Amino acid sequence: MELPLPELPAFDYLHASSAQHALEQLGGSIARTRVLSGGTDLFVQMRAGSIAPTELIDLKHIPGLATIEFDENSGLTIGAAATMNAVARDPEVQANYPLLVRALETVASYQLRNRATIGGNLCNASPAADSAPSLLVLGSRLTLESVGGQRELALNDFFKGPGETALTPGEILTKISLPLAPTGWKGRYLKLGRNTSGDLAIVGVAVLGFPDPEPTSGFRFRIALASVAPTPIRVADAEELLETTTLSDESIEQAARIAQDLARPISDARASAEYRRAMVFELTAWALKDVRQMLEEEA
Amino acid sequence: MKHHTISFTLNGTHEIRDVRSNLTLLRFLREQLGVMGVKSGCDTGECGACTVLLNGEPVNACLVLAAEIDGGKVITVEGLSMDDQLDPLQQTFIDHNGIQCGFCTPGVLISAKALLTRNPHPDRDEIKDALRGNLCRCTGYVRMIDAVEAAAKEGN
Ligand SMILES: Cc1cc2nc3c(=O)[nH]c(=O)nc-3n(C[C@H](O)[C@H](O)[C@H](O)COP(=O)(O)OP(=O)(O)OC[C@H]3O[C@@H](n4cnc5c(N)ncnc54)[C@H](O)[C@@H]3O)c2cc1C
Ligand code: FES
Ligand code: FES
Repeated sequence: MELPLPELPAFDYLHASSAQHALEQLGGSIARTRVLSGGTDLFVQMRAGSIAPTELIDLKHIPGLATIEFDENSGLTIGAAATMNAVARDPEVQANYPLLVRALETVASYQLRNRATIGGNLCNASPAADSAPSLLVLGSRLTLESVGGQRELALNDFFKGPGETALTPGEILTKISLPLAPTGWKGRYLKLGRNTSGDLAIVGVAVLGFPDPEPTSGFRFRIALASVAPTPIRVADAEELLETTTLSDESIEQAARIAQDLARPISDARASAEYRRAMVFELTAWALKDVRQMLEEEA
Repeated sequence: MKHHTISFTLNGTHEIRDVRSNLTLLRFLREQLGVMGVKSGCDTGECGACTVLLNGEPVNACLVLAAEIDGGKVITVEGLSMDDQLDPLQQTFIDHNGIQCGFCTPGVLISAKALLTRNPHPDRDEIKDALRGNLCRCTGYVRMIDAVEAAAKEGN
């Protein structure tokens, strides 16, 4: 018996045996040819009719593209095709980047995270991408490859708008690199959803703090937001404020106010822009206070 | 459209089939292999009714292509029981009334089975987390969680 729901529109599924092979097949037209990682965004968008590629090139079987490697001197390298579950259960990631593990665990469901990749999460470039705020505050860099060669880019320079990235036609993301996390750092990812079971974020806030004798406050902070602007964003002005003043409830609330003012949310089915802005303030202050407490307990 | 010859095992039986590129694993199982335990609730990864084990890990069959399972192993709810012998989880779901209409049950059992394989002694929060991707309109979840907890105790 046939299912009542419509089928996926027609396309050709192609295997790539190497990144070079994928790039040769990819050519220059992303309207016609797309790369496929977990398909958890791609198939949903194809069903909705928002994209209609005629060829999908599967990156999952390219040797090395799903590896996760930690080096004590240089940090973590995540292959773009590594699934969220593979990253979240990697012992080195758990030991060194628990903030990222926590962020990934907020995504959808366990079974979805068995397919969803970090590369797909970033390249899909949803403002709500849950891996983005943590990867931003952890100072991630990306390796992009095309037939012509490869280039590196800070994640901060990657997002250009909803669904838009610095990827040029014919280019793919191959690696996400995280430097060693700063000594003594503490982090928090707070995700507000309509429920606690894996809905897209209404607001996502990642905060990372670490001791540093140089700034006035004795700490450095990094703050990034999801779902409240056309792209995930860093809040540099708030970070600076927290370094140049003595750390207090007032300075934290002032920083949260800066984050709120920087947010450019939209109203959608999940929440109004006004509610989102209010929640940016609340969650940023909450995450900062949590991180401050953790840092003080350590000191 | 391209076709692919795929070789895989389904509930322990080796199969070789010809599939077209856009055929999802969900449709392949139901429409071509007659595996009706796999349900279609949303076709977009939201409900978990289509959850199957692919190489030992649960996935949403509506978001996997049949062409992608070449060389793999698929287990559906039909593969949990053997020779009329129910899996302990199936028995505890019956004993604890973890089933009402039953639409979500095959997917829930697969998610629970995968949980007990990777973590034989989960606490209630871990059980809830593992079932987060399986929506149930009937049971209110509590009895399902009881059932998984009981199966874990039995399995110790
Ligand atoms: C039910 C459901 C719930 C979800 N919940 C969440 C959530 O809570 N939080 C969240 O952040 N996301 C969520 N998502 C979105 C999605 O699962 C993630 O964005 C996921 O990480 C996408 O990864 P993927 O491997 O499936 O990407 P794919 O669907 O394979 O690809 C996504 C896009 O990126 C491109 N792409 C993929 N890999 C590369 C590469 N290496 N180089 C260049 N381009 C590439 C593809 O061509 C495509 O345009 C949800 C999705 C569903 C269906
Ligand atoms: S049918 Fe696959 S998740 Fe709903
Ligand atoms: S028993 Fe009816 S949906 Fe779960």
